[in-house]
Amino acid sequence: MADKLPSIWQAMQAKGYTRRDFLRFCSVAAGVAGVQASGLSSVVHAFEKKPRPPVVWLHFQECTCCSESFIRSSHPIVSDVVFDYLSLDYTETLQAAAGHQAEKCMQDTMKNYPGQYILLVEGSVPMKDDGIYCCIAGRSAEDILREAAKDAAAVIAWGSCASNGCVQSAKPNPTNATPIHKIINRPVINVPGCPPIGDVMTAVVTHVLVFGKIPDLDGQGRPKEFYGRRVHDTCYRRPYYDAGLFVEAWDDEKARKGYCLYKMGCRGPVTYNACSVTRWNEGTSYPIQSGHGCIGCSENGFWDNGPFYQHLASFPGFGIETTADTIGTVVGIAAAAGVTAHAVTTNIRKKKLIDENMNESIANSETKAEGGEA
Amino acid sequence: MARVVVDPITRIEGHLRIEAVVENGIITEAFSSGTMVRGIEKILKGRDPRDAWAFTERVCGVCTTVHALASVRSVEDALGISVPKNAELIRNLMFCAQYCQDHVVHFYHLHALDWVNVVSALSADPKETSRIARSISSWPKTSPAYFAGIQQRVKTFVESGQLGIFANGYWDHPAYKLPSEINLLAVAHYLEALDWQKELVKIHAIFGGKNPHPNYLVGGAPCSLNLEEVNAINNERLNHVAKLIKDAIAFVEQVYLPDLLAIAGFYKDWAAIGGGLKNYLAYGDLPTMGYNQPDSFKFPRGAILDRNLNEVHEVNGKDKEEILEYISHSWYKYSVGDDAGLHPWDGETEFNHTGPKPPYDFLNVEGKYSWLKTPRWRGHPMEVGPLARLLVAFAKGHSEVHDVITEALQRLNVPVTALFSTLGRTAARGLETRLTVHWMKGFYDDLVANIKSGDTRTFTDEKWDPATWPKTAEGVGLTEAPRGALAHWIRIQDKVIDNYQLVVPSTWNASPKDHNGNRSAYEESLVGTPVANTEQPVEILRTIHSFDPCLACAVHLYDPEGKHIHQITVN
Repeated sequence: MADKLPSIWQAMQAKGYTRRDFLRFCSVAAGVAGVQASGLSSVVHAFEKKPRPPVVWLHFQECTCCSESFIRSSHPIVSDVVFDYLSLDYTETLQAAAGHQAEKCMQDTMKNYPGQYILLVEGSVPMKDDGIYCCIAGRSAEDILREAAKDAAAVIAWGSCASNGCVQSAKPNPTNATPIHKIINRPVINVPGCPPIGDVMTAVVTHVLVFGKIPDLDGQGRPKEFYGRRVHDTCYRRPYYDAGLFVEAWDDEKARKGYCLYKMGCRGPVTYNACSVTRWNEGTSYPIQSGHGCIGCSENGFWDNGPFYQHLASFPGFGIETTADTIGTVVGIAAAAGVTAHAVTTNIRKKKLIDENMNESIANSETKAEGGEA
Repeated sequence: MARVVVDPITRIEGHLRIEAVVENGIITEAFSSGTMVRGIEKILKGRDPRDAWAFTERVCGVCTTVHALASVRSVEDALGISVPKNAELIRNLMFCAQYCQDHVVHFYHLHALDWVNVVSALSADPKETSRIARSISSWPKTSPAYFAGIQQRVKTFVESGQLGIFANGYWDHPAYKLPSEINLLAVAHYLEALDWQKELVKIHAIFGGKNPHPNYLVGGAPCSLNLEEVNAINNERLNHVAKLIKDAIAFVEQVYLPDLLAIAGFYKDWAAIGGGLKNYLAYGDLPTMGYNQPDSFKFPRGAILDRNLNEVHEVNGKDKEEILEYISHSWYKYSVGDDAGLHPWDGETEFNHTGPKPPYDFLNVEGKYSWLKTPRWRGHPMEVGPLARLLVAFAKGHSEVHDVITEALQRLNVPVTALFSTLGRTAARGLETRLTVHWMKGFYDDLVANIKSGDTRTFTDEKWDPATWPKTAEGVGLTEAPRGALAHWIRIQDKVIDNYQLVVPSTWNASPKDHNGNRSAYEESLVGTPVANTEQPVEILRTIHSFDPCLACAVHLYDPEGKHIHQITVN
């Protein structure tokens, strides 16, 4: 079946793209997927041979910010290709058909392409009271998800809703909003964020498309390439943090100089995301660059790690250098610990991060070291 | 008689179900149901009011920013905070950027396929499309070769057999009336608009760090202005904003407006369909002298009853006689009884689902049948949205609004009563986009002038510290979302949120019947609508989409023990 579908290259030719356009697309795709120049030929080869995979995009408890972010993907040819070269067979946001004709699109895809379609899920699933809090076409979200996930080639959870429950799962979680990996018994690529960066979304899909496999994932199912570093680690304001130069109040002289926002509640130090590297909206900015701290929107349970304007060390239960994986489970830095102490700790830690494999440094010995250093 | 169920209504935000009764080809009764709920109001209780904007912004990612704005205003209103001039201008710029981007996306990507036949574009003559395009606009991309290229892309797409988002559309329905050449023009601009829409919202990224969901701040704007610093809003950032606005004006004037009028010209019969309610409500927005001076708003505030454009009624969100929410047909219960109406400051959010358990074929429309509450203004059902905003402004003698409406009516050669319709709603959205894109330029000029005068403040700290707050405080934040009147009511007690209620545009428009059995806007506008083929109810989609539904708005921790696999391959 798969061989009958046109390859990406064939489809691009048919749409009037030149070989040069195609190669440029491949290099962009390879770039976002982290491929070295020497590996480019394999990317080109993959696009020449791969069919246009059918895609089912489900919406449950969400706000559609993930779909909106997806269409903000900034490399024009990539957005073109993702829109046209994936076969977006079911997406409530964009598809022409409605009602039972729309539902037929999904049924046809599941029937005709078992094991070949990619399932993208936006939104959490309410598990309370037999699913009455989210129904589509008279069926519960859970019912639809289980059916669609059964024969999918890969399952991607878009955004924090599908990855970790997001705002509707904040206490007291009135509908028992649940991330999808807790429901379906199969691997899920979690792409958290509220929303995730558009270019990250297209890059993750492209990765699956090009390499025929899921990118390397961390302990929470997140692609390491985009969620392997904390916002803090690559923040351009980091030197101010290390130098102990902080914004003390909104729009004060220090804010106008762009000092570190740590004291204003910035969650960059405990948030794994690509914002400070990839940035948002074609690299235009990211929250810290525009003067507001990171609210940690890609982290599990971030809504309950507030209030947002209280700086991290004031929190009982975890400290500035504790990783996001261990929030709430460790005895962190004492609340009284000063900012200078954090800066010193950070520099020690920074060197460690350079010396060690980044992923090994998450969640392991650091937890203990953290308590000791504090 | 046929009972037509359309679920899901696609090309909207959120989960909407329409059940309609069709007799002799005409809809005689309709039921609108929101089928998803999250309980944001319950989640907000006990939290820091300064955080509420972030929670409520996540109510909707399509009309992102608008809930954040309503939220910070509600807190500022409760605490008596007036934001600096620059913050007001930055908020206005973000507001206008949101309108223009959102309305363009609605027209091309959510609504157009109700009017534009993609398949028909295949038989167009690209030369004729080029001629038409050049006759209605000075937009540069109009060569025959350009349209031939677009046509070839569509052809390849259709012939691949993988129709993607266009699969199972109603392409053979006789309701599609555009000539092939205009269908081709619209398809070309569908693609161009998709590319363009991501540009304008960079204004949100510049001032708010990202889009969707930029950052807001109680007391001002989180960004600082500093012409001597690369690390703040400086002249490079301002120049970027200016460029984005200039490009937006070109797109709206040369693509969106000409397309809208060209397409509308072929569907004048829809100027007599889908009118619905005769009452219109607008809170107004875009302050020029502060939020507490509604007379200074670009979009004025007011209510119109029974389409009487000679009288505009005053609207006060704080008056407990005016806005009440009912739940007779909504899956909630009130402590004071389910037929009572509650003002949002006293509002309650207690789930009480009495409908069928999934899977189900039909809702029990005699009882409760939606997660949306039913708001009423002085007991009246009201339509909100672009049409309501323009009518209130028109009736108040707003000259800019008067001019754009008059010009459009003349070009289409239709009377002013044509506005009270499905087509009028869709046209009003385009006309107010034209207004806001130019206002955006004005706000930009004002911002530059204010900075030039030496004022760089973007925040006031007078009430930032909760120690300065009274023991109890109440506030309301009124705004106009792209889809209509939006307000948040907050009650603060002991420095945390005691009660928080949102009454949003799609709650006004998409709600179920009230305690007296009166329909809200969606249901009322569907009654009388012809449906040629109940298997392909494109007419229902046209009218419902003319409101630009946004259902996540309308209805209001995790322990990491799950098993994960680190490396897996595609089956």
